[in-house]
Amino acid sequence: MSDEAVLQVRDLRVYYHTPSGPVKAVDGVDFTLIRGERFGLVGESGSGKSTTAWAIMRMIKPPGMIEGGTIRLGDTQLGPLSDNEIRNVRLAEIALVPQGAMNSLNPVMRIGDQILDGMRTHGHAGSKRTIAARLPELLATVGLQPNVLRLYPHELSGGMKQRVCIAIAISMQPRVIIADEPTSALDVVVQRQIMQTLSNVQKRLGASILLVGHDMGLMAKFVDRVGVMYGGKLVEVGQVRDIFTSPMHPYTQLLISSLSSLDVKGVLHGIPGTPPSLLNPPSGCVFHPRCPQVMPRCSVDVPAPQEARPKRSVACHLYD
Amino acid sequence: MAVLSGTATLVTTRPGRTTAQSIGAYCRRNPGLVVGLVLLVALILIGVIGPRFVDVTNAVPAATIPDQPPSSDLPLGSDDQGRDMLAVLVAGVPLTLRVGFIAGTVGLLIGIVLGFLSGYLGGALDTVIRMVVDTLLTVPGLLVLIIIANSIRGVIDINLMALVVASLAWMHPTRTIRSQVLSFRERAYVQMAKLSGMNGLEIIVRELVPNLLPYLAASFVGAVAGAVLASIGLEALGLGPQNEPTIGMTIYWAIAFNAMLRGLWWWWVPPIVVIVVLFTGLFLVSAGLDEIANPRRQRAA
Amino acid sequence: MTALLEARDVSRVFGSGPEATVALDHFSLAVGDDVPSFTTIAGESGSGKTTLARLLLGFTQPTSGEVFYRGKNLWKMARRDWMEFRHEVQAIFQDPFEVFNPFYKVDHLLTVPVAKFRLARSQAQARSKIEEALVAVGLRPEETLGRYPHQLSGGQRQRLTVARALLLQPRLIIADEPVSMVDASLRATILESLKKLHADFGISFLYITHDLTTAYQISDNIIVLYRGGVAEVGDVDLVIKAPRHPYSQLLISSIPLPDVNDRWDDDDQSLASRAEPERATMHGCRFADRCPAVMPMCAETVPPLYRTDDRRAAACFLYRDAPTLGGANMDQVLAHTARAATQSG
Repeated sequence: MSDEAVLQVRDLRVYYHTPSGPVKAVDGVDFTLIRGERFGLVGESGSGKSTTAWAIMRMIKPPGMIEGGTIRLGDTQLGPLSDNEIRNVRLAEIALVPQGAMNSLNPVMRIGDQILDGMRTHGHAGSKRTIAARLPELLATVGLQPNVLRLYPHELSGGMKQRVCIAIAISMQPRVIIADEPTSALDVVVQRQIMQTLSNVQKRLGASILLVGHDMGLMAKFVDRVGVMYGGKLVEVGQVRDIFTSPMHPYTQLLISSLSSLDVKGVLHGIPGTPPSLLNPPSGCVFHPRCPQVMPRCSVDVPAPQEARPKRSVACHLYD
Repeated sequence: MAVLSGTATLVTTRPGRTTAQSIGAYCRRNPGLVVGLVLLVALILIGVIGPRFVDVTNAVPAATIPDQPPSSDLPLGSDDQGRDMLAVLVAGVPLTLRVGFIAGTVGLLIGIVLGFLSGYLGGALDTVIRMVVDTLLTVPGLLVLIIIANSIRGVIDINLMALVVASLAWMHPTRTIRSQVLSFRERAYVQMAKLSGMNGLEIIVRELVPNLLPYLAASFVGAVAGAVLASIGLEALGLGPQNEPTIGMTIYWAIAFNAMLRGLWWWWVPPIVVIVVLFTGLFLVSAGLDEIANPRRQRAA
Repeated sequence: MTALLEARDVSRVFGSGPEATVALDHFSLAVGDDVPSFTTIAGESGSGKTTLARLLLGFTQPTSGEVFYRGKNLWKMARRDWMEFRHEVQAIFQDPFEVFNPFYKVDHLLTVPVAKFRLARSQAQARSKIEEALVAVGLRPEETLGRYPHQLSGGQRQRLTVARALLLQPRLIIADEPVSMVDASLRATILESLKKLHADFGISFLYITHDLTTAYQISDNIIVLYRGGVAEVGDVDLVIKAPRHPYSQLLISSIPLPDVNDRWDDDDQSLASRAEPERATMHGCRFADRCPAVMPMCAETVPPLYRTDDRRAAACFLYRDAPTLGGANMDQVLAHTARAATQSG
């Protein structure tokens, strides 16, 4: 794994303009994805993680809008690209395996045709025949037999459909694969197979993976670095091992202690309070109403992410 | 996020906002519905307020000089038999609406009863009702109506006309309501209601009907539209009540007396304008109701 | 002593002939009335756990076998018994939004059962009982009552359904994935309130889930279902920490525990190659087509439950030397008395 940054997100802001005012779904998110690494963006519902993924793909639809910030893929800024240009970037450079992807397969098209379609829509220059010849190999990468090409989605199981979606995502050998809750509707056993598949695929392509999800356990098993999101902000980023052994941000600490384990049977810990309103976020630090270590300053100043330790960034006044 | 149904959620009742304000805000977001309602209300008012200004007794033959183009005396002229066309309009529009309304209501009521029973109870009853409805739907409705209307040609009046049309207006509402009930029946809140001790009828009335109001309203509009169309069709063929100045009969007389070829445009244009306005209004209301049933806007949960 | 709720040899089959799907296959379970129990029904999708819940709640009829409420056949009861059944057996569902009728304010969910089961003698009494229940689950009445479902968060709504259960004080609550659609931070709170209901009010629980970690945390017993049949049953500690049935072993080893020292080994190809289940084979063990320890006999007959420990049984021919436990006798490995024993301490 080199140190070359393949994706750089700086001060990303995505607001949804509702009749009641702007909902700040993503409010100043900074992170870098390094070549060949697996980065996990973890958070609960409403934290802004999926919106971040969609913003990177420039797939935010009104009333949502990218209000500010830059997204750089390699040397290219994605923001100023035209619609045509970004379409060619999608799939060819960055691919998204969206949540519930398996349900978005066209039910009346054969799998092979759908993959072909996707590739040609996103600028693949080859003829139908050339592309079709490469499909069996593509399926093999995700652990599927070539006969799947002739099947319809309803003839496949959930896990197989998700693998097809991964196949579509890697069909043009992108540099970045964004997987948004790729296993949320799948069994634990199938989940492991799918993550295995993603891992194999990544090694083949030398790609980087951005895994978006809410399952900390999955992150612990799979990713190299983790970014914890809360209330539209990235509160902590670091190596997964470090984050789990010594979480710094109070939210991360509470999140980790609330995880059920098979070690100890005991009292379950939750996080008191309710998730923040993104329409009227709390003043200062967005977590301060629920923070067990809140200080007077927290309700006034927004904490900026800082490198409190090597390779660890925390947005918390405890570490100022 | 589940599709939100139910007028309550629609009209985002917020603490601090009166119901009137919420409804007002909604109207601004769904102009089609408002325009449609305005058109329909306008037509209804023609029949309600019109008689104060227009003498409807002139809607009969020999009321005035025939074949007169529009003038200050006769704003819409007169037809070949001497009817004052404005009076015909004022008298006829409410009659046409009445047919549509009666037929639509009867059709909907039958549809509600059969649709709910069939959808909620399922089983043998559902199979029987469904088979009957599906069979009747394949029968060419207009043909049946023509046959029926033809056989009671002598005695037909507005109310009978309405019932004749209603006899074939109930099938579609039955199907629509049945399929909605089928999908709502498995909702978790219906299961909760069962767990709370409600019986079938209570569940239908208290849990399902309120959520189906938009669909019921849409079915009603559809039934009315279909009924009006059928009745105008029958009348235009000459099978309607001969002595009533309904829109359809007016068209019939206009065709019979070659009004188009003779350039008597004030005879056949007004009824057509009324039909256009009526169906535009019905369509807009129906589309507006569809928006209520299936809101497309994103909503901050 | 008649059980509160009992499923006797129930099966639920969809369709017929060779295309038939057996959602639940000759399943028996009895929930006692004297001592409260906390049992997890664990399984993945297609295991039959939802079908079981629907059968026990009287939402569907079994294709064969019977469900008894206090000794009376559920589908042949008089109206009055049915109302009693409804009062004593309640449920908490997975989706905290769908359980609310969007037409009504959330109060509707609470006021209807209070009225139907005559839990209060006046409006005022009803109101105060409802508020008590809300406070007991950590909700503020003034912030929740009078609102529409879409105005509350998912966590608040799910807590409302728990409050409703508390209000009714049933004997048994069937909780079908009660926290899977709730945020991680609230999961613990809601599970704690379920535990409290069990401990403070002696309410028995059937906790249906696919998440074994939460099952381990709150229940005493576990029944692992696979494709309509019981794979393993018994004390939750035994089954989860030392599973015997190959399916249980596969399931538990696949759980992504937040342990950074035990990362998923990238080179483990064995999992990727294990195919997903093919068409249900009507004969033999349902897990045979995926089992790493499959033997010829597995394809011929369905293995019975073998009692491998005092408090556990597994349906696998690997343990055919152990005594068999009839399907109807699962009670023997389930803990009903453990809690009673500790309570007197």
